[in-house]
Amino acid sequence: MNGWSALDRFLRTDPRDVGCAEAMELLHVYAELAAADAAAAQRYPGIAAHLAACGPCGEDFDGLLAAIRGPAE
Amino acid sequence: MAPADPTADGISAPPQFDPGSDQWVQMLSRTGPQREAGLARLHDLLLRIARGELQRRSGQLRITGPELDDLAYQAAADALVAIVAKLGQFRGESRFTTWAYKFVIFEVSAKIGRHFWRNPAVPMDAEDWERLPARFGADPARETEWRELAGAVRRAVDENLTPRQRKVFVAIVLDGVPMDALVTELGSNRNAIYKTMFDARRKLRAALAANGYLNDQISRHS
Repeated sequence: MNGWSALDRFLRTDPRDVGCAEAMELLHVYAELAAADAAAAQRYPGIAAHLAACGPCGEDFDGLLAAIRGPAE
Repeated sequence: MAPADPTADGISAPPQFDPGSDQWVQMLSRTGPQREAGLARLHDLLLRIARGELQRRSGQLRITGPELDDLAYQAAADALVAIVAKLGQFRGESRFTTWAYKFVIFEVSAKIGRHFWRNPAVPMDAEDWERLPARFGADPARETEWRELAGAVRRAVDENLTPRQRKVFVAIVLDGVPMDALVTELGSNRNAIYKTMFDARRKLRAALAANGYLNDQISRHS
């Protein structure tokens, strides 16, 4: 990977991207689908597009997934 | 875990929960010792998730030891308050615990964002364009090419972005301010800052492509 492609990727926007508010609203639903390998990205392409582009929401998603997959209470 | 379905007369049926979620909702909806026990149990669970999340992110943080645990306690306490306040909004679309974990994960993010300003690596609004190549991992051997592209990006910023978009772009891209920290500093929210940056990215890419950058050069160099 070089800087040119990193800049290109950073500036690219996906029209399906739903933004932070909608992604955060449904993150628990999306994370359970992802944890169950139940085609989360196919069911919610706008959230998938957002999580791929938004670092903070992607980090929250990773954290929620880790929490779901962690030791049972 | 089935969500509520509207009935024929348009009135929503009560949400149907899975047994574990139903137990949580019942416990937290009561009064007296059972509710107190439920709150204590939920707090313990949230604290464990907050600690785990801070540990997971510890490589990116400049926080350690007791301060880290203090953040975990704050995140768990604030998440608990939010969950209790929004309990009526839980519709059973996921397990209750997954829904609850979301609140504490968001609280951890918000607290990390606020903590950033205690010791920022770079002051906000330090508009140093020399940092642009490094921010995108540019190959030092291609300095000449990068200087040209960085100059084009700067011109595109000058000519196309609104003052608000420019401020957000400079903070996030040049100064490396995390988005959640910027949210705190500007008294905004994550969605608004993301939208501002989204529009800025779209404008900059269009301007750079229109001027013959990106498309040609990236296809040649990537």
